[in-house]
Amino acid sequence: MLSKLPRIKDPNFLVGFDHSDDAAVYRLTDDLAIVQTLDFFPPMVDDPYIFGQVAAANALSDVYAMGAVPKTALNIVCFPEKMDLDVLSQVLQGGSEKVMEAGAVLAGGHSIDDVDVKYGLSVTGIIDPKRIYTNVGCKPGDVLILTKPLGVGIVCTADRVGEASPEAMEQAIKSMTTLNKYAAEVVQSFPVHACTDVTGFGFLGHLHEMLGAGSQAVIYSKQIPYIPEALEYAEEFLITGAAQRNRNFLENYVEIEPQVPFGIEELLFDPQTSGGLLVSVPGELGEQVLAALGKLGLPCGIVGEVTSGGEREIVVR
Amino acid sequence: MKRIVDATGLACPLPVIETRKALKAMSEGELKVVVDNIVSLQNLEKMAKQMGLVHTLETIHDTKHTITITVGETTGEVVASKAEPTCDETRSRSTVVVLSSEAMGSGDAELGRVLMKSFIYALTELDRLPDKILLYNSGVKLSVHGSDSIGDLQKLAGRGVEILNCGTCLDFYDLTAQLGVGSVTNMYEIVQSQMEAGTIIQP
Repeated sequence: MLSKLPRIKDPNFLVGFDHSDDAAVYRLTDDLAIVQTLDFFPPMVDDPYIFGQVAAANALSDVYAMGAVPKTALNIVCFPEKMDLDVLSQVLQGGSEKVMEAGAVLAGGHSIDDVDVKYGLSVTGIIDPKRIYTNVGCKPGDVLILTKPLGVGIVCTADRVGEASPEAMEQAIKSMTTLNKYAAEVVQSFPVHACTDVTGFGFLGHLHEMLGAGSQAVIYSKQIPYIPEALEYAEEFLITGAAQRNRNFLENYVEIEPQVPFGIEELLFDPQTSGGLLVSVPGELGEQVLAALGKLGLPCGIVGEVTSGGEREIVVR
Repeated sequence: MKRIVDATGLACPLPVIETRKALKAMSEGELKVVVDNIVSLQNLEKMAKQMGLVHTLETIHDTKHTITITVGETTGEVVASKAEPTCDETRSRSTVVVLSSEAMGSGDAELGRVLMKSFIYALTELDRLPDKILLYNSGVKLSVHGSDSIGDLQKLAGRGVEILNCGTCLDFYDLTAQLGVGSVTNMYEIVQSQMEAGTIIQP
């Protein structure tokens, strides 16, 4: 859709929507650029305070995926006039705590009356323009590392129809409210070839973007970190329309080998809210990066490697 | 017996859930499901395929599609082996692996270490992984950088196994800074995890 909009020609506009990247980056001086992002959505959990935290962690994530540091944030709020304002104050409370944890300043925002609740933030960060992680740039021989478990979309879906266990929901919430700040800080000390965060297009959708034209990847289904119950729910067909849309979109790019269980397939297409970072680093550093990430306490893993010369862009084994 | 589920106006996963419910209540016959979008139809098709049930699709127009599923007749290629029935009682109680030493069994120390390495590797190959691994005393030496089993333990952690290392033990062996997998725990949690376990495995 964006391809119909006029392209902006400005030498200081470094990263934009031409590579479906996570944020806009604009160079101010030789060693300083600003990173701007915006994200908001309707609630995926019942608790307004947790929803606020998730929405903020999700909006901040795009800044971390570029390797930048968030500095200021503005709230975006849609809220029904007739609804209890206490709910809104809890949403904002959750959001502001995450912005504070990120070390950024919440500078205000804008709210409008709407039929449904929606919340998110626009976040501005800073970065050295020579150190931007774009989401293209994987090299053959790289390993792909995912810093959060998959399955939060499926667990939230199961929860909406009353079929998620409290333990599964707890794990999903822990994952969604964890800032990608910590994972970003860990990977910063390694040469990162490409980085993105896994959100609405699902793991395979974002991997497809990251591979761009030319690179290929093999994914090891047995090494995918996921919330254990999410696999059970997927196998009980608590599956989403959005995952199927991702599957349809990626049909020509992905080959899934027959021994891969159906539930894992669904997890790989499942849209994630505030998902983890997907990082491409030189193969020989994979174990070191993983060991450092392992200390953060969330399931993570080396999920595949970048290859060249295969027939399909992505092969799941 | 022919039954109909009208799932028009329902968003995923509801059409699938309603269909699954209706299928469970049937021992044989045909179930026709009506949906208003192609994505819901595709999700229903996936389910029928996974369950190995004979099904036919029909698109009447853009916003009306049907799938007819025949119960009591299978395609002969049941893909649903993954959804095998599980015993809820054992599932709700956790499996905890206790590694209280860097060696497995008593006897030659070197042999014990080799056995432990292959024990941990074998854990990674299990279809149903343990829920937790507790490491204490010299067991914590397994989860530090440079250990023979660090890669396997990281793999297990990546697949959702909770790895808990005794903090006092890491301090005692002066290994806290070298910890390469899992989190640090205390005696309270070590006791609690074993009290709550359905199965404890101690090699």
